[in-house]
Order: sequence, then C-alpha cells, then structure tokens
Amino acid sequence: MSRDVAVLGAGMHPWGKWGRSFIEYGTIAARTALEDAGVDWRDVQSIVGADTVRGGYPGYVAGATFAKALGWQGARVTSVYAACASGAQAINTARTQILSGLADVVLVVGADAAPKGFFRPAGGDRQDDPDWLRFRVLGATNPAYFGLYARRRMAVHGDTLEDFAQVKVKNAASGALNPYARYRKTVTADEVAASAVVADPLRLLDICATSDGAAALVLSSMDFARRHGQPDPVRIRAVSTVTPQFPQTVLDLPDIATDSAAAVEPPGRTFRASIAHAAYEEAGIGPEELSLAEVYDLSTALELQWYEDLGLCAAGEGAKLLREGATSPGGRVPVNSSGGLASFGEAVPAQAIAQVCELAWQLRGTAGERQVAGARAGITANQGLFGHGSAVVAVR
Amino acid sequence: MSRTRTPVVADWFSGEGENFRLLGTQCGDCGAVFFPREDAFCRNPGCTGGELAEVPLSKRGRIWSYTDGRYRPPLPYVSDPDAAWEPYTLLAVELEAERMVVLGQAVPGVTTADLEVGMEVEAVPGVLNEDADTTWTTWHFKPVSTR
Repeated sequence: MSRDVAVLGAGMHPWGKWGRSFIEYGTIAARTALEDAGVDWRDVQSIVGADTVRGGYPGYVAGATFAKALGWQGARVTSVYAACASGAQAINTARTQILSGLADVVLVVGADAAPKGFFRPAGGDRQDDPDWLRFRVLGATNPAYFGLYARRRMAVHGDTLEDFAQVKVKNAASGALNPYARYRKTVTADEVAASAVVADPLRLLDICATSDGAAALVLSSMDFARRHGQPDPVRIRAVSTVTPQFPQTVLDLPDIATDSAAAVEPPGRTFRASIAHAAYEEAGIGPEELSLAEVYDLSTALELQWYEDLGLCAAGEGAKLLREGATSPGGRVPVNSSGGLASFGEAVPAQAIAQVCELAWQLRGTAGERQVAGARAGITANQGLFGHGSAVVAVR
Repeated sequence: MSRTRTPVVADWFSGEGENFRLLGTQCGDCGAVFFPREDAFCRNPGCTGGELAEVPLSKRGRIWSYTDGRYRPPLPYVSDPDAAWEPYTLLAVELEAERMVVLGQAVPGVTTADLEVGMEVEAVPGVLNEDADTTWTTWHFKPVSTR
C-alpha cells in the first residue's frame, strides 16, 4: 500500500515585518495554496493549523481561526503546537488523516506575526518552566545557544568565521531570487564580518531574524489527486516527528544542562541525526539520493551541523562540504535553495511548512531562477524547542 | 539597610566559598544524575524509579563551549534599563564524573577573550541581581588558573 500523500497545492504570504495580523497572512497563504491546487475551500474535509503563541487565543486555536477566516464550511479541525516544528506536526496530522482514510483532502496552514528583538518567554513568575528559567537565571537568549554551538564547532572541527560567513553569502544569493523572502539582497563575507557581534562568535548576519509570514499546503490522497487530474504530483513520502532518546547529551534549547550519561550510555545517534534517520527509514531512501535539502539555519554554523546530521557528509566535514560548493546552487546537493532562514527570518509555525513549499516547487520544476536541475527527491529538517524533531521527505 | 540573600532558584546550589556546590539529584535505583534536579520521577526510561536523593555536583569541570550576550536579554532577566548594557559571558561546562554539560555565567570581568574550550573552571557563588530587599544569588563559573 502506498504511504504517499500528494502535494496538490502550495502557497505563501511573503515574509517581512508587515505589522498586520497572523490571521491575514495565513488566510492569504491558504487561498494561494487552494488556488494552486485548483481545490474549492468548501471541498476541503479537514483543516490543520500550526499554532502561534504570539497572537493571543486565536493563535492557540489556529486551525479554527483560519477556518473561520476562510468561511465556516464544517471541516474537521485540528490545531497543533510543537514550537519550531509545529508546521511539520501539522503536515503529519494531515497526512495521518489522509492515510487512515479519515479525509481525502486537507488544508495545512501556519502563520506568525513576530515581535521585534529576541524571542522571550511567556510572562509571569514561573520557576517550573525551563524556558522562563533560562532567561531569568542565565539571560540565555536563543542566539546565546547558537553562539555556544558555533564556538564548539570551531574548537572541535576547526570551522572558521569565514566558513560561517560563506553560509550566509550562499543563502542570501538564493534568497535574492525568491519573491517570498524577506531579505532579497546578496551579502558579502565582508558585510557579515562588519556586522555587530550578538553572541560571540556569531554576528548579526550569522543569526536569523524573526519575521511575519505564512505558508499553506493542500494535501490529498493519491486517489484524490488522480481523480483531480494530477496523476503525477509531488508526494510526501515520510514525516519524522521523533523525540530525543535518554540521555540527551547534546545541549538543547531551552535547557540549562544536558542529561547525564553517567548511568546510561548515550544513544548511537544524536537527536538531530535521529530526526533524519527516521525520515530516511520511512521514505526508503538515503542521503545519497537527495537532490536538495532545506535545513533550519537558525544560525550559519547550525546549517553546517545539519549537513552532518543529515548524512550529507561525515561528522566534522560540514565546512569542507560547503567549501567544495556541494551545497551551493549547481552543487551535488544544494541546501536552502529557498534562501533559508538567513533570507526569510523565522516565522515559527509557518517555517517548516514553507520548507515543504520550496520542495514542492523544486520537485515540480517551477522554482524559476532557483531551480535545482532535475530535482527528484528532497528533505526538510528542523528542530523545535523542548525536543521536537521534524523532517519531511518529498519525491517526484 | 541590609538585603536578604536569596537563591534565584531554591535548592539548585548551596554552601559558601570552597564549600559551594551545585546540587542535583540522583536516582537510588539506576544512579542517573539530574540537574536541574528531578524530585518526583527518574527520567531514565529503563528505570522503574527509585528514591531521588540530593547530590552535590563536581565543583570543577572543563569548558565545553562559551559565548557572550552583547545585547540586553528580555525579561525575566533583570538589568537596569537606565544603565549601559554590560555584556556577560556564558559558559557551557562539562562535568567529567556526571558526564553532563551545565550552563552558567562566568564571574564578572571574565570575557570570551580569556577563555578556551577545554579550560578548567569551578563553580563559585555569585550575585545575579539586587533589588530593594533582596540580593538574588546564583552560581558562576570561574577559570581555575586565575584564582
């Protein structure tokens, strides 16, 4: 039995700082995806919203919020939250409903309106919330963790600030070609080096911004796609939503310490590597078969880490892979052909969905100037706060 | 007027001077160590769950990584909004016996230029911030070589 679901439609609202409601962005992305799919909203049987914690109550019930905005039509509704992995969880929920026969065609929507500056925890005095504690006790912002990872790579693998800067240069060049990206300018290594240090050794242009944005997908069963006149659609073949294994020995946001490995040996794969491994196992393909990858470049250094965790190269060889040009446009496996978070900034619940939109356009061959020639298979990868893995494999 | 000295989080550390230690808990059944402390349940999935007893963590460890905060963090981190922001240094420290990495701020005055991955540091008492009535205490990491 095929475990594929069809990507009938993909749509986005451009990323930026637009000063409007996440509902507006999400509704525009949803309408764009429905139009792309050629599906009438009234024929959608289920809607899944990826929640935002920044829009008050409507953000916590995003599925219903978007259903109401599009016009109540009685569809089954789900709202999910998994921090940065929310979008992938929404996709997986839709896919599960389709594969179980609960629905033939499902709309997935994620949207955010981000505040200026650092993300911060919810208010109040909450000593039992690790996210609150890391700010109260350590002042540890998200970029502080990115800085720790980056310095560790420099010490262990010999990565350089120039390597990190070249990730930004690469991604900015692709983002300049993407009409949905927030930053559409090429960037030079000198410009990265001249930007302010935020969290040593990382500079402003090494770290992704926080953005407004929205992305949506129309997913369906393969039967529905055939009846709908799309016998050969882009297919989602795997969605990995794994959690870590104890002891989790890689420092993760928002933790103040790793687990101790004194009593139990750590698992053979790190958490991030296990995210990709589960996706490959489910899809029945390996990294050598990928045409492209979209990874969560919260920082430039983290993109290099993903190369290794996705198995695009051996541990410690991420910078070498970059220097060889393997992950650049025209390379063996272009990474972040969309421009990545470097060019978008993060719109949390929309981002993992946006990654899949890019795969869909690339696999259809409609990515314009960003097109990866002959793209047949792609993976997305991301990691949400509090132990949420996410990776999606799509094929054509 | 004297302020009351209060730990920013209860029972995460104790002692003064040489006797200062971070406090974790250890499962009496499987031996797993937890920091921040787990007091209700052992998180080892292969453990049926023993009594969790308080244990002091190793005083010394080696720098796993380090960074700093060049911009003022948002609340609930407390800083004087009228004063110029003074960057602080953040360390991730690997404790050999516990086989874990713990975060902590460096003692004031230590900058990233003073540090290297692998350098030995020790946990020492520190002050996070002060308000009208309270001196909020915390732990800091201090390079052993600069004592």
